Amino acid sequence: MKCRTCGKKASVNMRQHKLALCKEHYLEWLPAQIERFIKKYCMFAHGEKILVAVSGGKDSLSLWDILHRLGYQADGLYICLGIDEGIAYSSESQRLSERFATDNGLKLNVVNIQQEYNETIPELAGRTQRGKGKPCSVCGLVKRHVMNRIARDLGYDVLATGHNLDDEAAVLFGNTLTWSGEYLLRQGPVLPATPGLARKVKPLFRLYEREMLAYALLRGIEYIYDECPFALGSTSIYYKELLNKLENDRPGAKLSFYLSFLEARKKGLFAEQEQVQQELHPCPNCGQPTSAPGLCAFCRMLPGD
Amino acid sequence: MVKIILRDKEYEIHPGMTLLSALKKIDILPEAVIATRGGELIEEDEILKDGEIIKLVAVISGG
Repeated sequence: MKCRTCGKKASVNMRQHKLALCKEHYLEWLPAQIERFIKKYCMFAHGEKILVAVSGGKDSLSLWDILHRLGYQADGLYICLGIDEGIAYSSESQRLSERFATDNGLKLNVVNIQQEYNETIPELAGRTQRGKGKPCSVCGLVKRHVMNRIARDLGYDVLATGHNLDDEAAVLFGNTLTWSGEYLLRQGPVLPATPGLARKVKPLFRLYEREMLAYALLRGIEYIYDECPFALGSTSIYYKELLNKLENDRPGAKLSFYLSFLEARKKGLFAEQEQVQQELHPCPNCGQPTSAPGLCAFCRMLPGD
Repeated sequence: MVKIILRDKEYEIHPGMTLLSALKKIDILPEAVIATRGGELIEEDEILKDGEIIKLVAVISGG
């Protein structure tokens, strides 16, 4: 297989694009694609302050690397969740994130959940109804709260996460199986800022997870390879595997599934009954918006509350 | 023989087949991995030679 640009041996073949590239041209092509999507979907502009949520994984570190190379003003945010489970998952993720920041001269904000809220994610989950069985729901809630708080408190214009196409397609697949209209209305690559909530963007939303892995490997980015111990056997991974089987037989199916969803929604597929603007109220404790009057879900979960 | 490694699993296959055929033989979805040989990425049409060690990197990681 040969590189379409130079004819040398290809390193990455993207069947969904009928495009094979060598290392050199892949490392040029992928950031250019991301720059194109940032502009096309009006995510942010040069000069705006970007906070990149980094987990130590391939997607978020690659996103940070690419934004930095593209000349954006991007700082990192690492949230230490306190997940150990015998493999020191959180401490290793933090080490890799800090090392990436140091090696590239970038600023990394670190929030330690145990130091700030007196409990790790597994401890919080073990104590609350929301965390019964698995801590993933609690973890998601805490991360969303902290990301928004840091973005708002430190004056960032936008929060960028490393969600790739496979992440988005798996969520869409899950929401479609249950026809969760409210979630389908909200899912997208750009969530505009609203009072109390920072603008959120997903610059990798059109890139396959396999493409992001290829970038991390070719760029030599050291990332945490282990899955989160609590994510093993999760529904989202199961959906990703199902979609990969589909993709294997029909290259481009994942991308088409997600992009045609965005297009259908734009044309009003979910409009009429679902388009009810939910009234939000500020939480009396943290000030972040919540759907019902009183404490938000995050503050209700905290120890002593 | 060619040795193929994915996480803590090892497979041995006969040389002379393409990476794509080898992955099919050991029932690994090509979409789910990237294959490397000596640190270099290799593609599906690569013919595997005797004595080679192919390391597969799982696409899904993180959580």
